[in-house]
Amino acid sequence: MTPLFHLLAAQAADPEVIDRIPSGYSHFVIPFTIGITFMLCWIGVGCIRLLYAIPQADRLKFWKSLFLPKTIVKNLKDLFGDCLLHVKIWQRKPLLGYMHSAIAFGWFMLIVLGHIEVALFVPARLNVTRGGLFYPIFYRYFVWMNPGHTTLRGSFFFFLMDFFLLYVLSGIALAVFKRFRSIVLGMRHTTKPSFADRVALYSLWMIFPLRLLAESFTADLSGGSFLTVGVNHFWHFLFGDKLWFTPCWWAYSICLGLFFAAMPFSRYMHILTEVLWILLRNAGIQPHHPRKGVAEAEIYACSSCGLCLDACPMNVQKKNLKYSSVYFIRFLRRHNEKKINAIADKCLMCDKCHALCPVGVDAPALRRAQRATVNNALPYDYSYLASAVSSGQPSGHGRVHSRFAAAEYGLGPAAVPETALTESKSPRVLYFAGCMTHLTPRIIKSVDKVFKAAGVDYVFADREGGICCGRPLMLAGRTEAAAVVIEANKKMIEESGCDTLVLSCPICFKVFKEEYHLAGIKVVHYTQFINDLIISGRLPVQKKEQKLVYHDPCELGRGCGVYFEPRAALNQLGTLVKASKEYDESICCGGSLGSLTLDSRDRSKISEASLDSLLANDPETIVTACPLCLKTFSEAVSNVRGRDINVSVKDFAEVVCP
Amino acid sequence: MVDFGFGLVPSSRINLDLFDKDKYEELAAVEPDVRICMACGSCTAVCTAGKFSTTSLREAIEDIKNAQPTKALELLKACQLCGKCSMVCPRGINTRHLILSIINTYSIK
Ligand code: SF4
Ligand code: SF4
Ligand code: SF4
Ligand code: SF4
Repeated sequence: MTPLFHLLAAQAADPEVIDRIPSGYSHFVIPFTIGITFMLCWIGVGCIRLLYAIPQADRLKFWKSLFLPKTIVKNLKDLFGDCLLHVKIWQRKPLLGYMHSAIAFGWFMLIVLGHIEVALFVPARLNVTRGGLFYPIFYRYFVWMNPGHTTLRGSFFFFLMDFFLLYVLSGIALAVFKRFRSIVLGMRHTTKPSFADRVALYSLWMIFPLRLLAESFTADLSGGSFLTVGVNHFWHFLFGDKLWFTPCWWAYSICLGLFFAAMPFSRYMHILTEVLWILLRNAGIQPHHPRKGVAEAEIYACSSCGLCLDACPMNVQKKNLKYSSVYFIRFLRRHNEKKINAIADKCLMCDKCHALCPVGVDAPALRRAQRATVNNALPYDYSYLASAVSSGQPSGHGRVHSRFAAAEYGLGPAAVPETALTESKSPRVLYFAGCMTHLTPRIIKSVDKVFKAAGVDYVFADREGGICCGRPLMLAGRTEAAAVVIEANKKMIEESGCDTLVLSCPICFKVFKEEYHLAGIKVVHYTQFINDLIISGRLPVQKKEQKLVYHDPCELGRGCGVYFEPRAALNQLGTLVKASKEYDESICCGGSLGSLTLDSRDRSKISEASLDSLLANDPETIVTACPLCLKTFSEAVSNVRGRDINVSVKDFAEVVCP
Repeated sequence: MVDFGFGLVPSSRINLDLFDKDKYEELAAVEPDVRICMACGSCTAVCTAGKFSTTSLREAIEDIKNAQPTKALELLKACQLCGKCSMVCPRGINTRHLILSIINTYSIK
């Protein structure tokens, strides 16, 4: 057998590929060339404008990030994973993931392989002045396979090209099917396409069948593999030797041209913008404006896939579909101020759409930025905070500081000399209840019980009532006002001299973690703190015969990524059953402070949906770790009419220390 | 009523002729809940800001209806939007949005 190497060398003498059309041009390429040139110019100008709108410091950060090895790896991973293979969609809805990756990855491979073929066989044509823009796309039209000289390498490419064409076609078939029967692919709601979307959509559907048609007509001239040659035989069988391929190539080119021309105005712009957005996102640049700079990349990276429609808890009512992130982004693109504000105010800020978005579009952050454009300038007067904080100063410290407990629990590091502990009166653990916990005193009581049972010496920062943490102000877009509140609380906490800050409200937890920048102070949620107590053996617990279900509060789960600790602790206390939607798919209780305009009727519908999910496996007790969820569910359970629900709603700490 | 131009206590006179119906309707259009407040005062009882300053949503709503929007604005300036009031309101009023809407509608822009 001749080694492959010799085979490859031998082909140099007799060319495998002959220029069938020496000029390398035919009129049919015009529509495609116009379309793609328009699109490329649009993109180029857009990129420059966008980068120009980003603040100088961020721009620098962006360029630098492109050269940091860590971000380079992450960029490559995200570009392949998110843009081409759509790993995130695969994980949730395999069939839908297959559809997206078939079209994206398949098409990408067709383009790359097409260019490689040209580079191997007619390298001169890659030059832009010699048709490099269109030649590789219509390669099969321009060449003639020298019969009998096809090498292994050539057939290999024929096979690959046919394989990927089939792959894309299967994706397209699914996409067409999805338009009519979306539920099969796991989607209850799909988006309504706009006009440009339709043009692009229908031309996208047509591109690949036409490509198959065009390439199969030319397959006996320019070669092909199992698919194109097979179809070619079929045409011969049908039409004999009369094969008119020029119209097919024309149609193929027109469809491509139409698609690229409609692209900048349609959702398909995301295919290219996504790349820029991933680079910006990984550089860690935050949007400062709901429409300009980074936000622009973000809103054009949205593929209108509509996954956020099913994700959004508001959509238990069909009338709320129009408030979903996908439409918010669409109206942002169209600068429809009135609608943008209405949509921005409605959202619960549960962050579920962000968590499930395959492109990682942070729509809630854009909504906050949008709210800020209206609410940030409203007058406020917090001059009373100066006195408020001193009176809210830890004063209700009921117990004498026991250095025993502190040392044992490891609060005062063992290395600290005894004198230091006796001398400093500073508390080591500070507990901040927050507004919402004050409305649900049962939580405060249970937390106190837990701390006492574990011998944790703590100081109750806002026993006499403190001020708000600032998160509700931030959610309403009042960033400046929030900064004042945050500053006041920060001063109080730093002056207390604690080294651990325990919070029972996830809303507080999120803002304390992200905005306070408390140097040297560990900020923990009480579920984490209590779980540590249980693990270290400080808090003895007993497993009981009880069926529990845990609700992931939005701000704790999706907001701060705390999923594990509360479940670990609850597993020690009873049997934890599953909810039908949990972890990052958990449904907001409906009580969220995020929404500004959602009324109580709409909210109760959301609470019902959330309850349904929690009750999927007949638990006896719903456990939550947020005062707002606790209150909302407690009320919802008693309000659900026409059903016999026998379930109690408890706070995490109540289950730990009943 | 005769105004002598001085008094021992600040005037608490309400002149309903000054009531700006258009403004009120404008407010009610963005937040219709303003109409259903029954002045129970639950919101004021739990108010976070009310602990440290004189603020009261109940009073602010009354002030609006009594043609004294400036007083209402002064009261609401201290609000931290914490949302406690919306949790306790027996009428299910969306208080945070109502507060924002009052400030937004009646502030001189
Ligand atoms: S925001 Fe994300 S999930 Fe929603 S349509 Fe856009 S890409 Fe899809
Ligand atoms: S944050 Fe939650 S409520 Fe708001 S649009 Fe996203 S999923 Fe819907
Ligand atoms: S939202 Fe404002 S008015 Fe309502 S309780 Fe909080 S601080 Fe008081
Ligand atoms: S709690 Fe509600 S009904 Fe009562 S005064 Fe306040 S806003 Fe009005």
